Amino acid sequence: MNDAVYARRRKVNALMFALTAACAAVSAGSLLMILGYIVWKGASSVSWAFLVNLPKPVGEQGGGIVNAIVGSAKVVGLAGLVGAPVGVLGGVYLSEYGRGKYAFAVRYAADVMNGVPSIVVGLFAYALIVHPMKRFSALAGSAALAFIMIPTVLRSTEEFLRLVPGTIREAALALGVPRWKVTAFVVVPTAGRGILTGALLALARVSGETAPLVFTAFGNRFADNGWLNPIATLPHTIYTYAISPYEDWHNQAWAAALILMFFVLSVNLAARLWLKPS
Amino acid sequence: MTAERAGDRLFRMSVAGFAGVVPLAAAALAWQLARESASTWKTFGPAFLWTLTWDPVADVFGALPFLYGTAVSSLLALLIAVPLGVGAAVFLTELAPKRLADLLMFAVELLAAVPSVILGLMGIFILVPLMRALGSPYGVGMLTAGLILAFMVLPYITAITREVLLTVPRPLKEAMYALGATRWEVVRAVSLPFSRSGIVGAVFLSLGRALGETMAVTMVIGNTPRISAALHDPGYSMAAVIANELAEAASDAHLSALVAIGLTLMAVTIVVNGAARLLLYRLEARG
Amino acid sequence: MAEALVTSAAKVVMSVRGLRAGYGGASVLKSVNLDVREKTVTAIIGPSGCGKSTLIRCLNRMHEAVPGATCEGEILLGGRDALALDPVLLRREVGMVFQRPNPFPTMSIAQNAAAGLVLNGARDRAALAEAVEKSLRRAALWDEVKDKLDAPGASLSGGQQQRLCIARALAVEPRVLLLDEPCSALDPIATARIEELLLEIKDQLTVVIVTHNMQQAARVSEYTAFMLLGEMVEYGETRRLFTKPADKRTEDYITGRFG
Repeated sequence: MNDAVYARRRKVNALMFALTAACAAVSAGSLLMILGYIVWKGASSVSWAFLVNLPKPVGEQGGGIVNAIVGSAKVVGLAGLVGAPVGVLGGVYLSEYGRGKYAFAVRYAADVMNGVPSIVVGLFAYALIVHPMKRFSALAGSAALAFIMIPTVLRSTEEFLRLVPGTIREAALALGVPRWKVTAFVVVPTAGRGILTGALLALARVSGETAPLVFTAFGNRFADNGWLNPIATLPHTIYTYAISPYEDWHNQAWAAALILMFFVLSVNLAARLWLKPS
Repeated sequence: MTAERAGDRLFRMSVAGFAGVVPLAAAALAWQLARESASTWKTFGPAFLWTLTWDPVADVFGALPFLYGTAVSSLLALLIAVPLGVGAAVFLTELAPKRLADLLMFAVELLAAVPSVILGLMGIFILVPLMRALGSPYGVGMLTAGLILAFMVLPYITAITREVLLTVPRPLKEAMYALGATRWEVVRAVSLPFSRSGIVGAVFLSLGRALGETMAVTMVIGNTPRISAALHDPGYSMAAVIANELAEAASDAHLSALVAIGLTLMAVTIVVNGAARLLLYRLEARG
Repeated sequence: MAEALVTSAAKVVMSVRGLRAGYGGASVLKSVNLDVREKTVTAIIGPSGCGKSTLIRCLNRMHEAVPGATCEGEILLGGRDALALDPVLLRREVGMVFQRPNPFPTMSIAQNAAAGLVLNGARDRAALAEAVEKSLRRAALWDEVKDKLDAPGASLSGGQQQRLCIARALAVEPRVLLLDEPCSALDPIATARIEELLLEIKDQLTVVIVTHNMQQAARVSEYTAFMLLGEMVEYGETRRLFTKPADKRTEDYITGRFG
């Protein structure tokens, strides 16, 4: 073999190795940069008072974001309470009975809904709830987030159920157990960890959603006032504070971002680490 | 005996009912958007899509500046993210030691979980000053939006491309190694050509994401309904105008025009995602 | 033809007449007849793809659980038409153990053994504990697991798992136990334990075992059926079938001339 040619080929190899490594470093490194920067900017503004106090009136320094934390918990909680069971049960249908045209329609619709931008789903909740009731509400925000969650949970549930070996279903059927009990008490528990992980990841995802809340939950500078009134949420608070002209609000936006990131990433980490052993 | 059969039927019917929520919601969504935007389509016709004026005060609405902004910012994002993402995926799949690859892949997956409002926050306070320092008059603008969007879709391109690359059969690669090829030569001659349609699918899927991405774009694009050839000038996007104006839409006509933009956005993302899925489904059938 | 060669007078518990079965248009069984005698072990042998698994999967109608599967003909269980019974109730009388051990992964050893009873509504803890011990003893597993009943079923060795699956099937107290190549995934020692166990339990119930191992059939069964290409070629007392096969094809198979 010609040494000069081989040396050139090795040089190209090394160069591409370095280039693609740089790409990977940018991809993975941007997470570290984002995390580091948020911790650096946010940590100085996070305090106990920040977590438990309501916002101060516009123009005054200080205040907290307890309303947004409670609001996010309520809006996301209701969305999860409705969205997760609907998605899981629908996923059970797809995996256990899902042949034929109806199942095809469900799968197709779920894929379409998964691809629809969250702001469009927000528009739907607006048209469905806000516009007829003529008021922004926590309920409308929850509805938007639930519509985003359902197709995701549906498909992840289906995938995890499909991983349950057919021999497990056969074993239970052969004991003379009715099919629905086989599904509910043997198949679903076997995939339980995966199903729960899928639901948790979907919950983490919608807890960071902002766009569909801008004109549904809308935001509120005061304490939570029931399901049928506007409500503050963490991501929406970050947004409004970030685009405001006040230095104090900018700091609070970073602090709120730190809290939101902490929540989203811990759920993601927990879900992934928990799923690993199986 | 009939009691148990009835139990089975009841169970199947009820889970089928829950599954039905999804197509029902999809249909209701399309119908609601069509209904709420009907007056816009009636007033302006399809010309709505290529009219340049957006004047809520005069009730004159045209979506062109937003279509343009969405298209340009998304394409900019892909221009940046596709080479980066494919390069990263190649490194993580074919070149990096496994443990390093797993670790980096974990970081990439977590990057995908970062809420878009937080990327927008980074955009406002890091990217915008940086762009200004680099000579952009406003800092905010099309290019800034494209950059932020690139970070949003980068993890998708990386993750999907990596999955596609993992489906390349080992014997094909080994055959190439046996000819004395270097690792890069195997990537170039075997892995990438074999994965081409899958990578195109990944690009389309990311395009679908970029088109509908709202918060990060809204925070840095400049929110000016104008078409300018200069990439550092402010622009607007379809999702951004909905986010900014819907809550305070002054008139029914304004509201209807915003919903019409939402309907258009949905149609575009469905087409793009459909194309992506077609490419990736074909891959699954093969794999 | 084949039945005439069976001389024993033991009572027939399951009888199969003109059974045809297949998957989505492809025919697997072509008019099969078989008599299963009470409290005996019947072995079904034959080369891969001869339909022996399909046949026993028809006996408790597990065959139907596969989409597109078809099954027609006559199967009588103690005189009742098994194809007209509710399959769920049929399976409580005709249990099954599969090729690969398949304990329920989320359940402990005790929960696995009691699964059939619990899933069918049994709640009495004392009765359940008793049933668990009884079935584990019958499956010759009790002494090995009595101190770790709460350990996951999947923590056992392959052979133990298979005996756990047998215990799980026995706990429902079936009249007939079907075993579909139960030892194909096991090592020789684990296989020997299962064979011993079959010889012990046949005093209490009827066993039908599918095997591709002729020695196994010869060791454990009183009756053997030889199948080929979806047909029942020969059926008779095991000793006679292995020493004086009536059909040329049986002779070829047991002397190793093909398959």
